[in-house]
Amino acid sequence: MLMNLFKFKGGVKPPTNKTQSLGLSIAQAPLPSKLVVPLHQSIGGTPRPVVQAGDKVLKGQLIGEADGWISAAVHAPTSGTVLEVAMHVQPHPSGLDAMCVVIEPDGKDEWIARQPVDYQALTPEQVREGLQQAGVVGLGGAVFPTHGKLTASKTVPMDELVINGAECEPFITCDDLLMRERAEEVVRGIGVFRDLLQPKKVLIGIEDNKPEAAAAMRAAVDALGEPFLVVQVPTLYPAGGAKQLIRVLTGKEVPASKRSTDLGVQCFNVATAYTAWRAIAHGEPVVSRLVTVTGNVGEPRNYEVLIGTPMGELLQLAQPQPDTDGIVMGGPMMGFLVPDAKVPVVKATNCLIAHSERLFPPKAPEMPCIRCGACAQACPHELQPFEMYWFSRAKNFGKTQEYHIFDCIECGCCSFVCPSRIPLVQYFRFAKSEIWARERDKNAAEGAKARFEFKQLRDEREKAEKAEKLAKAAAAQAAKKAAEAAAAAAAEASPTAPDSAAAATQVQASAATVEATATPAVDAEKEAKKAAIAAAMARAKAQREAVQPKNTEQLSAVQQREQAEIEARRQAAHLTDPAQAEPAAPASEKTD
Amino acid sequence: MFAPAPFLLKDASVSRVMTQVCLALVPGIAAYAWLVGPAILVQLVIASLAALLAEAAMLRVQGKPLGMFLADGSAVVTAWLIALTFPPLAPWWLVVTGTVFAIVIAKQLYGGLGQNPFNPAMVAFAVCIVAFPALMSQWPSVGLQLSLADQINVILGLAPRVDALAGATPLDAMKTALKLADGSVSVTQLLANQDIYGNFAGRGWEWVAAGYLLGGLWMWQRKLITWHVPTAFIGALVVVAGGLWLYNPAQFANPLFHLLSGGSMLGAFFIATDPVSGCTTPRGKLIFGAGAGLLAYIIRVFGGYPDGVAFAVLLMNLCAPVIDLLTQPPIFGMKDKA
Ligand code: SF4
Ligand code: SF4
Repeated sequence: MLMNLFKFKGGVKPPTNKTQSLGLSIAQAPLPSKLVVPLHQSIGGTPRPVVQAGDKVLKGQLIGEADGWISAAVHAPTSGTVLEVAMHVQPHPSGLDAMCVVIEPDGKDEWIARQPVDYQALTPEQVREGLQQAGVVGLGGAVFPTHGKLTASKTVPMDELVINGAECEPFITCDDLLMRERAEEVVRGIGVFRDLLQPKKVLIGIEDNKPEAAAAMRAAVDALGEPFLVVQVPTLYPAGGAKQLIRVLTGKEVPASKRSTDLGVQCFNVATAYTAWRAIAHGEPVVSRLVTVTGNVGEPRNYEVLIGTPMGELLQLAQPQPDTDGIVMGGPMMGFLVPDAKVPVVKATNCLIAHSERLFPPKAPEMPCIRCGACAQACPHELQPFEMYWFSRAKNFGKTQEYHIFDCIECGCCSFVCPSRIPLVQYFRFAKSEIWARERDKNAAEGAKARFEFKQLRDEREKAEKAEKLAKAAAAQAAKKAAEAAAAAAAEASPTAPDSAAAATQVQASAATVEATATPAVDAEKEAKKAAIAAAMARAKAQREAVQPKNTEQLSAVQQREQAEIEARRQAAHLTDPAQAEPAAPASEKTD
Repeated sequence: MFAPAPFLLKDASVSRVMTQVCLALVPGIAAYAWLVGPAILVQLVIASLAALLAEAAMLRVQGKPLGMFLADGSAVVTAWLIALTFPPLAPWWLVVTGTVFAIVIAKQLYGGLGQNPFNPAMVAFAVCIVAFPALMSQWPSVGLQLSLADQINVILGLAPRVDALAGATPLDAMKTALKLADGSVSVTQLLANQDIYGNFAGRGWEWVAAGYLLGGLWMWQRKLITWHVPTAFIGALVVVAGGLWLYNPAQFANPLFHLLSGGSMLGAFFIATDPVSGCTTPRGKLIFGAGAGLLAYIIRVFGGYPDGVAFAVLLMNLCAPVIDLLTQPPIFGMKDKA
């Protein structure tokens, strides 16, 4: 069937370097000396450890429990003993440590009781939960918990399910070999996703430099009688970016601000479909993955590797050349040098490249930008990288956001083409992390402010309560006098100072109200508080008018000032709505 | 340390870009040297040396790495554009003055490579034509047969600047002739004089322009430039020249004449496409190119200078930042809103 393909703008064609690791079939990597399994291996909440040092675990046993809905469980990759649950260095460019479960294999590789399920008999909710419990996450590199992507939008019908077998990064071939060797299970996994999302079409996109993989997938699709379309897409980095592949296959452009389901499309990696099927049909949680080991090595190859295997040990299998000076995790376009050969293989690890200066010559020094626009032409998100670079450099981060820096997928196309050898992506990462850090600081400051204001509010309430007790006592004494004095005072004062006298009257009257309502009413407490504050306000007003009303002598000046100040502060802090404080006055008028 | 991805880089560099620009100029230069006189080669050398020396001096003063920036080739491109826009027999010191001014004032004082808001070569041209209008208008008369040695002597001031040097470009000649004749002579009659105007636009010069066109197309094919600026430049020039020509063919030369004379082709492909001082967005480039083409025509036909490309480009340089700001293209996924 012919399909109309779309194009995305930009993109580059780096040398693919894939043939090196395609010569041999997938091999099982041997058990390493120990496994360091980070708990946080997906986007979202960090799973809580459920084992302790000394525990015996079986292969596939839960060791980290998902924390919240966007989080995925973590399992023991083999049977053995938990040595410790401690901080270890991570395969992350920051070089920071994170909590890991360290397991010493017992060599038996003994599984827990695996329970295959018939997912057709389960509710979609149960299937999603099962995938979460099995630790199924996006294996294309983003490691977003898969179950979180398996709910269609309530308002937009699902048009297309896009399966990503493009694998556009140079050097990486693990998805290629997975499709060649395990196409059937991939297709079955896609079937699960299809059943959950109910799309109108399922499109499997594979770059046209992988004809064998496409053929294998087609054969599997036909054998299983599925209506899926296997589509060969032009080889153009980053055609395997989810948004780019969606664009190529469906013509839809998913902006950074939207979820793809809002446009009726969803995208999964082939390896994710495979692990989902293993989890459902074999009861095997994600404890291993395929990793391409290539670069400056004697025998590049794809391995099935247990999660937690130290990268250095894995690299040894491929016989790194003596001048190897580092390990790149991921491809050469978006990967990074790991901080230490001890770091473990994680669910996001699709490729290890032995780094050497021969393979990746050091970069020429950075020159000024000549505004040639090559970066903008190469950018698949149609951004203006040189503008973002200019403002990142100037630390004008607001401007970088105006130029949509958060739409940048850090694909590296711009750096790849820049004749001035400007490490543009690094500037963008820096700018993004600065913006995040400032957001965090701001949020922290706002949090502190909120806490401070809350404390202030509480203190004030306590003070108000105290004052109100005093006011009650005072009011009780003044009540009798006030009742008679009110009318008289007003009449007396009117010739000289009508305003202040009226205020004084109100004050007195409201004090009387307090007394009057406090005794009989059940919820008088609250009313009393309000009234007390209102009274204080009215008093303050009267004070400001520079007349000291005779008949409020019973309340000390200090108390009055205190209450007025409190109110002023609260109003300044917008904690009380002035409109709320006002009604107290009409209320007192009523009692007149 | 930040991750230095991507590890793979395209084989590209500023010096490679500039070298390719120079290469693209070669067909035009060859035609120039062949049809107008080999003196242009001498001028190219003089300008290049002056540019490199001025650049080196400025880099030294600013404590910037000499080797890296001298090798980037941008000074040479500027120098060549100056040599190619100045009269071929202009005295050496005029070319040197222009070049030094371009490099020191128009480029390095603004911050060097990539920072100049104006095209340095055009700044040099504008400054020199204002300061030395007579010298900048002296083009070798048609049919002037000087040996290379004689030409060099003229450039170096060792031979007197005889009257034969004080010709004009075909563009200028036509403007003057039309003005002097005051309506009594038509463009068609003038163009019939093939000694001056050749087959299309100017004896010899039309082939130089064709050489630039060839080099420009090659740059486009190599993706050094996009189609936007040259197309818009040429399009605007053709539209305005064609319109006026249709309106009054006796007073206004045909579009082909305008395309192939003066700095049109050089301007469309090599000057208005300068990325540093031009626009960067696709729509911005179209506006920039069209504006430059239109202004070039207006200045060369109605203004007092022999050609208008330099002033047109400088004026558009002035507008480029605003045009860019107003023509930001919509990004991936945000096109509906735009
Ligand atoms: S590719 Fe490099 S030199 Fe060219 S505009 Fe982009 S950042 Fe500037
Ligand atoms: S890294 Fe960002 S700015 Fe550069 S090409 Fe990729 S998406 Fe565009």
